[in-house]
Amino acid sequence: MGLFDKLKKGLQKTKDLLRTDVRDLFKAGELLEEKHIEDFYARLIGTDMGVEASKAIVTELREKHLGRTVVIDEIWKTIRDKLKSLLKGGEGTLWDVNNKLSPLKLAPTGTTVILVAGVNGVGKTTSIAKLANLLQSHGKKVVLAAGDTFRAAAVEQLTLWSRRLGCEIVTKAASSDPAAVAFAGCVRAKEIGADVLIVDTAGRLQTQQNLMKQLSKIQRVIEGQIPGAPHEVLLVLDATTGQNGVSQAKHFSEAVACSGLVLAKLDGTAKGGVVVAIRQTMSLPVKYVGVGEQVDDLELFDPEGFVDALFEK
Amino acid sequence: MFESITQNLTGALSFFRRGGKLTEANIREGLEAVRQALLEADVNYQVAQDFANRIADEVVGEQVLKSLDPTQQVIGIVHRQLCELMGPVDHSLPPPSSEPVVLMLCGLQGSGKTTTSGKLARLLQTQGRRPFLVAADLQRPAAIDQLRIIGEQLGVPVHTEVADGNNAVRVCQNGVAAARKADADIVILDTAGRLHIDTELMQELQQIDRKVNPHQILFVCDAMTGQDAVNSAKAFNEALELDGVILTKLDGDARGGAALSVKAITGVPIKYIGVGEQLDKLEPFHPDRMAGRILGMGDVVTLFEKAQEQFDADQVAEQQKKMMEGKFTLVDFKSQMQQIKRLGSLKDIMKMIPGMGNLVDAHPDMDAEGDMQRISGIIDSMTPEERVNPELIDLGRRRRIAAGSGVEPSDVNQLLKDVSAMAGVMQDMASMPMWKRLGAASQLANTFAQNPGAQIQAPQKSTVMSFDEKRRLQEKKRQQRKDTKKAKKRNRR
Ligand SMILES: Nc1nc2c(ncn2[C@@H]2O[C@H](COP(=O)(O)OP(=O)(O)OP(=O)(O)O)[C@@H](O)[C@H]2O)c(=O)[nH]1
Ligand SMILES: Nc1nc2c(ncn2[C@@H]2O[C@H](COP(=O)(O)OP(=O)(O)OP(=O)(O)O)[C@@H](O)[C@H]2O)c(=O)[nH]1
Ligand SMILES: [Mg+2]
Ligand SMILES: [Mg+2]
Repeated sequence: MGLFDKLKKGLQKTKDLLRTDVRDLFKAGELLEEKHIEDFYARLIGTDMGVEASKAIVTELREKHLGRTVVIDEIWKTIRDKLKSLLKGGEGTLWDVNNKLSPLKLAPTGTTVILVAGVNGVGKTTSIAKLANLLQSHGKKVVLAAGDTFRAAAVEQLTLWSRRLGCEIVTKAASSDPAAVAFAGCVRAKEIGADVLIVDTAGRLQTQQNLMKQLSKIQRVIEGQIPGAPHEVLLVLDATTGQNGVSQAKHFSEAVACSGLVLAKLDGTAKGGVVVAIRQTMSLPVKYVGVGEQVDDLELFDPEGFVDALFEK
Repeated sequence: MFESITQNLTGALSFFRRGGKLTEANIREGLEAVRQALLEADVNYQVAQDFANRIADEVVGEQVLKSLDPTQQVIGIVHRQLCELMGPVDHSLPPPSSEPVVLMLCGLQGSGKTTTSGKLARLLQTQGRRPFLVAADLQRPAAIDQLRIIGEQLGVPVHTEVADGNNAVRVCQNGVAAARKADADIVILDTAGRLHIDTELMQELQQIDRKVNPHQILFVCDAMTGQDAVNSAKAFNEALELDGVILTKLDGDARGGAALSVKAITGVPIKYIGVGEQLDKLEPFHPDRMAGRILGMGDVVTLFEKAQEQFDADQVAEQQKKMMEGKFTLVDFKSQMQQIKRLGSLKDIMKMIPGMGNLVDAHPDMDAEGDMQRISGIIDSMTPEERVNPELIDLGRRRRIAAGSGVEPSDVNQLLKDVSAMAGVMQDMASMPMWKRLGAASQLANTFAQNPGAQIQAPQKSTVMSFDEKRRLQEKKRQQRKDTKKAKKRNRR
């Protein structure tokens, strides 16, 4: 099975849902009425894409099709084009669907550093294990740094993953300064000539200023150790998150200049539409989606492919 | 970030005549504002829709009271209905009995079950109970360690077993038996996170339910959850007949519409809320506070309670009197600042005031504490006479004060202007009834958030602004002036 097929499989549920939505709601040959549009609006809201984006789509539908005879293909096209333009948010990012590493900005030489951040419990640590697995399967030498020194057993959790993956991990005692862990991680990665260092951080709410400052400090320490690092700052979002995701993206980006999103837990019934809402206010591409609790449950996110997979017949 | 419901409603209902009747046609736009506010707060679409209709039924035909503006009146009704829907409260946990009673926690991955197990154990401890924890999450790496560490922190015994090849149902049964031996009176089962569509794992929970027969099953739900909250809550409730919900991570800026959705769809009461990662951050759920939060109106009740605990009542009364008389001086200002400081972080406080939340959102980098310190410094550098009679402060004195407190003379000037402006606003406010006063404060904050350059509406703001911000603002104002000029020219043509 090709990677693109896997991606499509990962999104199958969402796709089926929206496709049935369009088939259910708009009957070929009938006149498109306001009540159909309102029903579709409800489904759009149900994806968590937010009021603004949902309104933008139904407004387009209304302008182009209200009061006219339904031609399913044309309605498809309107929705798809609008959603694509909403998702692209200016600089549409395209990945090579045949190269799962393509979304990552890897340093041409020396160690690439990936810093992973996000609010509590979204799936940071698990996503790190998945990324490490992906990188290793592409022959990269990976080191992990257990930068969550706060939550009970967070270090143990990442340590267990490192053992399963057979990669090295740098840890410090509970309650040590996370920036010191990041520092030690950089030192170790350089020492053993690792290709990639991935730094875990404790979950924090974006409104906790002191903790956000701590995050900036971690970034600065990494910068000081390895020129050009961190090459990627990935913000992990929980796919079940509603409109608060917009605030998360905004505040985390202000603190550490995020380079991309990982949308975890997309294997549930949540649609992860908040990434569309986020795209309305900032240009922060989704790079990967998490579709399970195991190390290989990480898929590439390609916005073109995503929308096409969503609506393709 | 979000327009507050007050703003939306004010726009929608602005054309109402006072003393007129609310009719179905003219309320429709207002209801759209209610619905939109709920959707933006992540209330489920159907729930928001039903709610808006319910409000319509109640509102249509009502007289718009002469004394109230329609917005306030409708918000009052919306607020009350929200409270009714999210209530009644039931904070009960199973009482002691001859055998240890059992609590089971369940929910999606990462919602906060393990942390909440610890929080509940701590709460029960403070009530003189003898809690006992059982680590029934055999899935997530180091989940058992996590609960063990939490137990150690609290001095609460934890039953653990090896994860590999084991079975959670058995662990729970063994755990309850161990609790009995340890003479515990309440057992908390921390189960693994799972998706509600994972049939196998949902059956595992049903088996635990059958075998261990917990007295209460609590669903732990992340307050940041969006539209999907109803799907998971419904599925867990159908599988397990939930007894209560605990809403976590409410210490952030999530509006928490999930609370309304979950209650409306399942009918299961929300018992507690999690407001931090530490084990003492668990509070009983209050529908009125949640309603304010969902509507973006701030947590007024909590603020009042806090204020009551902390404020010196006599001083407040004295200041109130002075405000009424417009005699609010720098001395009063400083003492008020000190009282406010006792309440906690200024930002937290502002978030609890209706509309002020917007302000905090709009200026995330403002350093209110630092500015208060600076202001205190300025006031401290004045002589007692100057504090009571600021008119005395001429250019020379201004320079002296500035030098004494390490600021620019213009800052001193600004402070004096602000305080005298504030005295005026406060005089107005002091003569209003309480709820109106909150409305006024909220309006003030809103204008302020949108247009921080506004003078008097934003008295303390100018002192809160950093120099960079000031420069940016001046630039913006210049641009605005240019734009108006251009517009005028266009109109002439
Ligand atoms: N179903 C599903 N579960 C996931 C996914 N990613 C993570 N999880 C689960 O979500 C829970 C939390 O994951 P963690 O990786 O510990 O999250 P975290 O962000 O590191 O959490 P904190 O460090 O406590 O803030 C765990 O039970 C994971 O197994 C995913 O893509 N799908
Ligand atoms: N800010 C905040 N964080 C919380 C709260 N409750 C839990 N957390 C954090 O959320 C993250 C996940 O909490 P856990 O208790 O591990 O969640 P869980 O449901 O047991 O997770 P799984 O067992 O993986 O399904 C941790 O980082 C907790 O510290 C809360 O009320 N506020
Ligand atoms: Mg973690
Ligand atoms: Mg847990």
